[in-house]
Amino acid sequence: MGSLKEVRNRITSVTSTQQITKAMKMVSAAKLRRAQDAIIQMRPYAGKLKEILENLSENLESSAGGAYAKQRPVKKILIIAVTSNRGLCGGFNANVIRNINLKIANEYAAQAKEGNVKVLAIGKKASDYFSKKPELFEGQYNSVYAHLTFANVSPIAEKIMKDFADGMYDKVEIVYNQFKNAAVQNVVTEQFLPIQPPAKDKSNKSKKVSDYIFEPGKEEIVQDLIPKSLKITLFKAVLESHAGEHGARMTSMNKATDNAQELIKSLKLSYNKARQAAITGEILEIVGGAEALKG
Amino acid sequence: MTLDIITPDKKVFTGEVTSVTVPGTSGTFQVKNNHAPIISALTKGTVKYKTGDGEKTMQITSGVIEVLKNKIILLLES
Repeated sequence: MGSLKEVRNRITSVTSTQQITKAMKMVSAAKLRRAQDAIIQMRPYAGKLKEILENLSENLESSAGGAYAKQRPVKKILIIAVTSNRGLCGGFNANVIRNINLKIANEYAAQAKEGNVKVLAIGKKASDYFSKKPELFEGQYNSVYAHLTFANVSPIAEKIMKDFADGMYDKVEIVYNQFKNAAVQNVVTEQFLPIQPPAKDKSNKSKKVSDYIFEPGKEEIVQDLIPKSLKITLFKAVLESHAGEHGARMTSMNKATDNAQELIKSLKLSYNKARQAAITGEILEIVGGAEALKG
Repeated sequence: MTLDIITPDKKVFTGEVTSVTVPGTSGTFQVKNNHAPIISALTKGTVKYKTGDGEKTMQITSGVIEVLKNKIILLLES
């Protein structure tokens, strides 16, 4: 057991750490709310776009996807790693990175051997990690988190779509944390390109009003809408990851605050014990002295 | 009829309008009450819509419009 002063110093430092984690938790809670709002704001757009696309592709040939639906033998792969810019959020970023490493080691081992697997990092944590592996690292977009708007995310999607159309990649996947709730984030992999043909919806529940006038034509509209829906896919992934980040940070900071509380409790106990021992010692001395005087 | 203008970032406008003019890819057109159902891609230009308190305009780069049963939905990118 350390001296009284030592223990007192430790209590002070743990208390101030606890204050920091508590503040970070509260900041994250506020940011989480805003991030969730952004997801909710995006939903009507995404939902409507999907509805129109489904309505259109109902009576279209499957070839309508154009350049973005082309299935090629998978030789060159791009993985988009969506992480956060900052740490202190538990296993949030490590999970994404581990997931990608596993993928490269197993699923894409053959392509990786030829150096045909690339990782594009969105978020500083992934770019810090993958920039140390130049054979994988493709580039980074860390600044999107400063202003997380559709206008900022869509150029990334445009560039990837162009690269895909030019044949630089045969398959593009997004790995990100899906936001379940503040405590739970799941790492998911979504195929970005080529577009997978929409799952045949056998239960034709929606009352189809297919007597629309289409201008300029169904195919042209589909051509116009597919890039939009791709951008939305990426935007959604980034938004989900952003909300997940704050959720993860909130949970982990909450845990840290609890831990600090425990630590303070046990430190206080040993501080009091040491104090009591010192007092007892002093009393013993005084009593001993008094006895000696009497003697 | 009702108009919803939606972008990925937020709902820009929602409310009653009497007419909407949009820059379709094959020419600018106007939507009034009881317009036939239409889905059209939009190109760069100006969207105009008349509400109770006057006409409003908006610059767009691209988008898509859906009109169905006096309900107009404009999906814009910015």
